[in-house]
Amino acid sequence: MTKQIVEMMVNGETREVMVEPRELLIYVLREQLRLTGPHVGCETSHCGACTVEINGKSVKSCTMFAVQAQGAEITTIEGLGSPDGLHVLQESFKEHHGLQCGYCTPGMITRAHRLLQENPNPTEEEVRFGMAGNICRCTGYQNIVKSILAAAAEINSASEAAQ
Amino acid sequence: MNDLTPDRDERVANLKGLGCSRKRVEDARFTQGKGNYIDDISLPGMLHGDFVRSPYAHARVKSINTDAAMALDGVVAVLTAKDLEPLSLHWMPTLAGDKQMVLADGKVLFQGQEVAFVVARDRYIAADAVELVEVEYEELPVLVDPFEALKSDVVLREDLDGQTEGAHGPRKHHNHIFTWEVGDEAGTNAVIGDADVVAEETMYYHRTHPCPLEPCGCLASMDKVNGKLTLYGTFQAPHVVRTVASLLSGIEEHNIRVVSPDIGGGFGNKVGVYPGYVCSIVASIVTGVPVKWVEDRMENLMTTAFARDYWMKGRISATRDGKITGLHCHVTADHGAFDACADPTKFPAGFMNICTGSYDIPIAYLGVDGVYTNKAPGGVSYRCSFRVTEAVYFIERMIEVLAIELNMDAAELRRINFIGKEQFPYQSALGWEYDSGDYHTAWDKALAAVDYDGLRKEQAERVEAFKRGETRTLMGIGLSFFTEIVGAGPVKNCDILGMGMFDSCEIRIHPTGSAIARLGTISQGQGHATTFAQILASEIGIPADSITIEEGDTDTAPYGLGTYGSRSTPVAGAATAMAGRKIRAKAQMIAAYLLEVHDDDVEFDVDRFVVKGAPERFKTMSEIAYAAYNQAIPGVEPGLEAVSYYDPPNMTYPFGAYVCVMDIDVDTGVTDIRRFYALDDCGTRINPMVIEGQIHGGLTEALAVAMGQEIAYDDMGNVKTGTLMDFFLPTAWEVPNYETDHTVTPSPHHPIGAKGVGESPHVGGVPCFSNAVQDAFRPFGLRHTNMPHDHWRIWKTANGLGLHDT
Repeated sequence: MTKQIVEMMVNGETREVMVEPRELLIYVLREQLRLTGPHVGCETSHCGACTVEINGKSVKSCTMFAVQAQGAEITTIEGLGSPDGLHVLQESFKEHHGLQCGYCTPGMITRAHRLLQENPNPTEEEVRFGMAGNICRCTGYQNIVKSILAAAAEINSASEAAQ
Repeated sequence: MNDLTPDRDERVANLKGLGCSRKRVEDARFTQGKGNYIDDISLPGMLHGDFVRSPYAHARVKSINTDAAMALDGVVAVLTAKDLEPLSLHWMPTLAGDKQMVLADGKVLFQGQEVAFVVARDRYIAADAVELVEVEYEELPVLVDPFEALKSDVVLREDLDGQTEGAHGPRKHHNHIFTWEVGDEAGTNAVIGDADVVAEETMYYHRTHPCPLEPCGCLASMDKVNGKLTLYGTFQAPHVVRTVASLLSGIEEHNIRVVSPDIGGGFGNKVGVYPGYVCSIVASIVTGVPVKWVEDRMENLMTTAFARDYWMKGRISATRDGKITGLHCHVTADHGAFDACADPTKFPAGFMNICTGSYDIPIAYLGVDGVYTNKAPGGVSYRCSFRVTEAVYFIERMIEVLAIELNMDAAELRRINFIGKEQFPYQSALGWEYDSGDYHTAWDKALAAVDYDGLRKEQAERVEAFKRGETRTLMGIGLSFFTEIVGAGPVKNCDILGMGMFDSCEIRIHPTGSAIARLGTISQGQGHATTFAQILASEIGIPADSITIEEGDTDTAPYGLGTYGSRSTPVAGAATAMAGRKIRAKAQMIAAYLLEVHDDDVEFDVDRFVVKGAPERFKTMSEIAYAAYNQAIPGVEPGLEAVSYYDPPNMTYPFGAYVCVMDIDVDTGVTDIRRFYALDDCGTRINPMVIEGQIHGGLTEALAVAMGQEIAYDDMGNVKTGTLMDFFLPTAWEVPNYETDHTVTPSPHHPIGAKGVGESPHVGGVPCFSNAVQDAFRPFGLRHTNMPHDHWRIWKTANGLGLHDT
């Protein structure tokens, strides 16, 4: 099958890949760019393990073709923090035991990151509703919700202090 | 000593040992997307495998034509049963003493069954090639009902036709697998026959699936140069997989290395050996390059191990004032096309004989008949010890039905029948020795915490308001009290394919006082790297932060039976403590030498050995470790290492008391869980934060199973719940906050008194959610209705009780 070039901005870097039109974005991210943080859990958009951020929206990369990402700005879990400086959400998930097997975690944190951009000060109910596209089989969500609310509080108090 | 010397409490805190809510060491990797799961592993030249699967539940395979698939550019091989037959790998033994087709041998017996294995350059080409394999089928009559199967002339397992003896005794019919009986049937029938009060009920515990978020998969790499096979995969029992792989392939065991990398949840799904593993190994041997197989979600739900599918018929008898006198249980167990249940060899229905529950029942009987049907094989313990969820659901429903029969409060009925604290160790009527418990204390604490009497009053008021037409919601109070049986197990009783169910730990202390410990188990999210280091920290006085825990690589870890059935803490946790004690014993000799006193004149104190009566004279574990490697100590070998293989003397019996308060909209069947209180007693608590996390997760899986999750088939054997659209996995939106609580009754036989907890909330949670639904309708005459309690079924229940009549 003929391949074509797709150029994307991934975690702040311009990346060029050769893909078949039928290749799903998740496999291109994972197998060509070796960004194995986003995972495949269902391939039907239900579980959210593959969640990445594309042009400021949470997207399930298992049901999007890589060619549709031409020119897109993509952030994956690998782009959120670094070993020397974890993102507040990454710290918060560690602190509040917001993960167990870790399989849903990259998608979960990436989604939570966007949620807090959309709604910096969510209620518990808004967090639960806003995270309903991401399934976790281990935690029962209680500590995920706690992690996100704590991260929101920390981000808000940091930005208040900055003002 | 001076002011800078940390005091004892500080030294204890520095260890981050037992009882500390230590943050997890795994999380730095996982939160940064740096986990290493099976599909993250990529080897040079790796090929991808994919299955041609049967669209039919029962059909004869007339022909398979692979020419078109082989002609496709990028396809390397297409394997069928014919290719595996010369290697005797077209069938494989199951954990339950049966055998299972690896690839369809003449017929298919369930929808989704593996028919051919395509190996190609990438996953897309493999998928294309799957479509090009032409299979001609001749449909056969389908049996999806186990009761029908036992009457039918249709022979499902033609390979067994005429065999009247199975792995677990006589077979009564060509679709019958085994009968397993425990207890005294005649005596039980006599007691029940003469009883004041008898309650009877038949309940179906529906088929469901563990559905971890990461599906199953493996990567086989046969290195023909050195003759070594490396097998990476989603294995809850990597060492057993190595032994099985060796027995099946003929490759000597030392030439096989099995690695379980990070596992994205298991819940029982990753215990078994699947055709994908066998085909990948064969394909790698044939092609000489690595072959990866990772199933998709639909394949996971349709073909890898299911759970439950038990039809349970019970009779329970009592005196007029509610003292239980006898229990009779018969199970018709639907095992699907092959008996691939993952149970210890001698227990074809697992530990279903824990079904007398937490109650002092003087006489009981359990009979289980296993049956073949045209459904996927499996029968794993989904977040429970072997069949314990079924057993606890059975007894906790029987108690509720008996309470109705007696017109008695179900909480009180439980209370008057609990095994008393003074009766432990308790011999149950069905053969178990419960190690320890204090049920009354736990129950009283739970009922007080939720104001049980107040809840009943509110419920009665709601019923009155409902009858007056002032509300259309009802309130259910779900109760459950469970006793688990975990930590299999004593080697004399429990084995998997002949391998005794011990577990192991090997410790190496490094010269500078840090350590590595390797175990025979494998974490799938439980946090072993965090909690096992805590056990060790308290045992050997080296901070948990200075201890690396490693599992899952059979070339480096000691042999163990793996992680399932809440056995890691009871068995491998015990091995860890015992190995730690060996380290400590040697450290004591070294310390005594360094301090120039007799061995008996030093004693262990948190992180050091001190001279008795002179605590200012001591050697820290760090100093001792260094000395072990750099001093010639008379009579003591250099180094500081230990290994322990632990065969537990008994299982452990965690227990708990759960209460659920639920509102139910009678007109829509929609439920709202207002409150869920969970008291767990798992003995000594290693890491309270991890325990709570396990409880939240187990309760959520219980909610799923009780309230909607099922693997359903139509009459043609088509799977109706093959995607996450139809198979219910709760989201954050559907899940309540849970209140957790605990009592602590240590196990008397476990080195640190721990019992295991990961599965308790699932075991206790399912009947609690179910009982809440059923309790709401009790005032209107409901005795029992089967799970799952999705909105439609609840609506039907309400409708059947006439609650929609105006």
